Amino acid sequence: MPNGIPITAKEIGTEANPARPGEEHGTLTGWIQDLVFTVDHKKLGLMYLGMGWLFFVVAGTMAAIIRTQLIVPNNHLVSPQAFNSLFTMHGTSMIFFVAMPMIFGLANYMVPLQIGARDMAFPRLNAFSFWLTFFGACLMFFSYVGAPGLYGAGAAPDVAWFALAPLTSRAFSIGTSVDYWSLGLLVTGVGSVTGGINIMVTIFCYRCKGMTLYRMPLFVWLSLVTMFLVVTFLPPLSAAQIMLVLERFFGAKFFETQAGGSAILWQHFFWIFGHPEVYILVLPAFGVISEVVPVFSRKPIFGYPMMVAASVMIGFVSAGVWAHHMFTIGMSSYSITFFAFATMVIAIPTGIKIFNWLGTMYGGKIRLELPMLFAIAFLFQFLIAGLTGIMLGVAPFDWQLNDSYFVIAHFHYVIVGGIIFAIFAASYYWYPKAFGRMLNKKLGLWHFWLFTIGFHLTFDPQHIAGILGMPRRIYTYQAGRGWEIWNQISTIGAFIQGIAALIFVINLIVSARKGAIAGDDPWDAWTLEWATSSPPPDYNFEQLPEVKSRRPVWDLKHPEDPDWKFE
Amino acid sequence: MNWNCGSRHGHERQTPVRFRRFSLIHRNPSTLGVAALTLLTLASASAQDSTIRAIQNIFDPLSAPAEILYRISLLVLATCAIIFLIVAGLLTYAIIRYRHKGGTDDLEEPPQVYGSAAIELAWTVPPILIVVVLVLVTARTIGEIQKPKLPNDAEQVRIIGHRFWWEVRYPKYDVVTANEIHVPLSDRSKRIATEFVLESADVIHGFWVPQLNGKTMLVPNHTNTMWVEPYKTGIYLGNCTVLCGAQHANMLIRVIVDTPERYQQWLNEQKATPSNDQAVEEGQRQFIANSCGACHDIGGTNAKGVFGPDLTHFASRQTLGSGVAANNEENLRSWLQDPQELKPGCLMPNMKLGDKQVQSILAYLRTLK
Repeated sequence: MPNGIPITAKEIGTEANPARPGEEHGTLTGWIQDLVFTVDHKKLGLMYLGMGWLFFVVAGTMAAIIRTQLIVPNNHLVSPQAFNSLFTMHGTSMIFFVAMPMIFGLANYMVPLQIGARDMAFPRLNAFSFWLTFFGACLMFFSYVGAPGLYGAGAAPDVAWFALAPLTSRAFSIGTSVDYWSLGLLVTGVGSVTGGINIMVTIFCYRCKGMTLYRMPLFVWLSLVTMFLVVTFLPPLSAAQIMLVLERFFGAKFFETQAGGSAILWQHFFWIFGHPEVYILVLPAFGVISEVVPVFSRKPIFGYPMMVAASVMIGFVSAGVWAHHMFTIGMSSYSITFFAFATMVIAIPTGIKIFNWLGTMYGGKIRLELPMLFAIAFLFQFLIAGLTGIMLGVAPFDWQLNDSYFVIAHFHYVIVGGIIFAIFAASYYWYPKAFGRMLNKKLGLWHFWLFTIGFHLTFDPQHIAGILGMPRRIYTYQAGRGWEIWNQISTIGAFIQGIAALIFVINLIVSARKGAIAGDDPWDAWTLEWATSSPPPDYNFEQLPEVKSRRPVWDLKHPEDPDWKFE
Repeated sequence: MNWNCGSRHGHERQTPVRFRRFSLIHRNPSTLGVAALTLLTLASASAQDSTIRAIQNIFDPLSAPAEILYRISLLVLATCAIIFLIVAGLLTYAIIRYRHKGGTDDLEEPPQVYGSAAIELAWTVPPILIVVVLVLVTARTIGEIQKPKLPNDAEQVRIIGHRFWWEVRYPKYDVVTANEIHVPLSDRSKRIATEFVLESADVIHGFWVPQLNGKTMLVPNHTNTMWVEPYKTGIYLGNCTVLCGAQHANMLIRVIVDTPERYQQWLNEQKATPSNDQAVEEGQRQFIANSCGACHDIGGTNAKGVFGPDLTHFASRQTLGSGVAANNEENLRSWLQDPQELKPGCLMPNMKLGDKQVQSILAYLRTLK
């Protein structure tokens, strides 16, 4: 073996992993010990996903409270301070403790399987990354009990998820809530960077024989670009957090304007991280769609080289667009023009991707199974999200729309309509692989339709509220501004989404025991994860595979017409 | 009802007071949604246009810069709508046309197509062209807004964001007020522009009145400017758009667009020192004795504070608490008893005034026309 990976089950199986003293099997204690001690990429992947769904429920509940508060003008359900904490924790959690763990979970589980490896390059580092991410989240949520602060400060962080300086300085944020926020993110950020390094190294060094970069599944390609972005752009955020901690505890004056610091400096640091972060989340979603659409259209992905090139280009260009979040701070005309230009350039590779998915579906035999339904909804919703993104990229239009509910609608279209829908597609697609059982289709259809309807009811009206001048982050509003009806529809939609999410969680739990047996390859798919059993054994593959094309399992199934003849 | 406008033209005007339902919350706001409307009569019935422009639709601009933004917005919106129709149409067509219709036993695979350089090139070029056009239009519009050719005699207003209210200064006239920004009406034949110089005293705020112009942040240590050139009189409502703390939501903006004559008259009224009314002397004494003057300034008295809004002409304002409530006796009493009731989290503490003190201060403040 080129990488010295053990080949047989015996070499890496339980024999190589003797039971530790006091370890039990088959009991609750044993199960917990297994969770805590495991370094298996599949278990860690599922733990990442489990963490994601856990915080999805928590942060989703916060969203429900936010929406209930806004259903009528002058509502007094929650205090202003509590409301500020709610949307701060909702936003921060959804980004760092829901979306990030979910994409790490998917990459953790699928990348080694898809490249024909036995595990990640650094299994212990993998466990370390997960636990840092998880403890970072726990640290931040501990602020609800551990950071009472002074009177009126609010217990949890209440400075919004991008925490604009100087609101975070000691003068304006008394108590310790902001410290929980920055330290929690610092810890999680270290976990993300180590996880990103691990996945990159795994992709570069642990591909099976014949798996050239040019034959990697697109999900692996997109994970690679994503992890490159994680490793490059998480550090600016961590640096900013360290500066903030230095300022709050040791009297440094980076952002404190009253001592000559710069409020704008924080925004540069935050958005240099913050914009690539959007691509960190959405690129793996592109990867999922690029796996699901071909399989359920029964055709290979259309224009693979262009798909790879577009992904890499998005990765690079995303590094140079951050200041489009700052069009209203009073930048020079030249800077604004440059960043508007860079922002719109991203539309080109993104457009190529959408057209290539369309090209894949064109001429195929589209099977409308659940993963494909979510993928199709993704395509429409991401199209709209991309177009509203262009509107926001046109700086003069952005001067009107920035910091309004239009922006809320836009990025929820990206994050819910895009990323969460892709994660749903991935869940229905890969659940049979991970658990050996299918998710219930009837519940799945209820989930799909309710979630899609709920999503549109929630976020479509918010575009209009923004156009009518409703700013974001307000805990209440006065009657007569024309916002009432849009907020009411939005709140109803939020509850429909909540019910749909509940159905999905029930489906996840029930199907693990009662679902139909899936078999190794229920979707008749073509990538390597389907060449092993469901669920895969600890060692993934009994014999490490050797591939000759981008669709190794197609080659196995169609020896008379293999892909490698055409490459 | 009548006022002599005192301008060069010196003619007399009479305008009926318009009673309009509008949206200020009152003391115990009803939670029954839209029903929470309050009747408000303007204290000074003059020619001031009391139309409340509460619905600030960005596609209904009433000022020169907002109109420039509106034009490019329409172009971008139309472009995006066309792209959406084409791509969504193709997607829908592909899904319907190529949906698998055979039974589950139909296992034949469709033709395996890997791509096509010609087709891919064909759908890469149009997006590039669209981007080029949009960037050029964007660059031109940015110049039009950021480097406007304003008339030399443009009015200048300094707006300083505080948590959670707006300090408003007219340096040319030595007038200081708060939360309600009076600007003159422009005329397409004779332009009257007003430049806002935006600064912040504490954290970042955002100034946004959609029908007048796009938003601009108020950043501490960093002066920004924006301009307005309104075409219609009336009261324009807006909001702070950058989270600045607990009462970010009630850091409301009122821009009052007056005819140039009325605007001049308003400036003259604001410049004058309010006359000392003997009847409310006790209120003024209480105001000073209870250290209200540590934060508030009232011209002609010892109250010289700078942390809170200037109250010299407090009674001439339509609202209190930066737009949180109508400036009437009931709301003012509530405010003096405990500001945290109407605006929880605002920086004015409960001064624990007795009923008599509240009554006398209230009477005093209501004379500060």
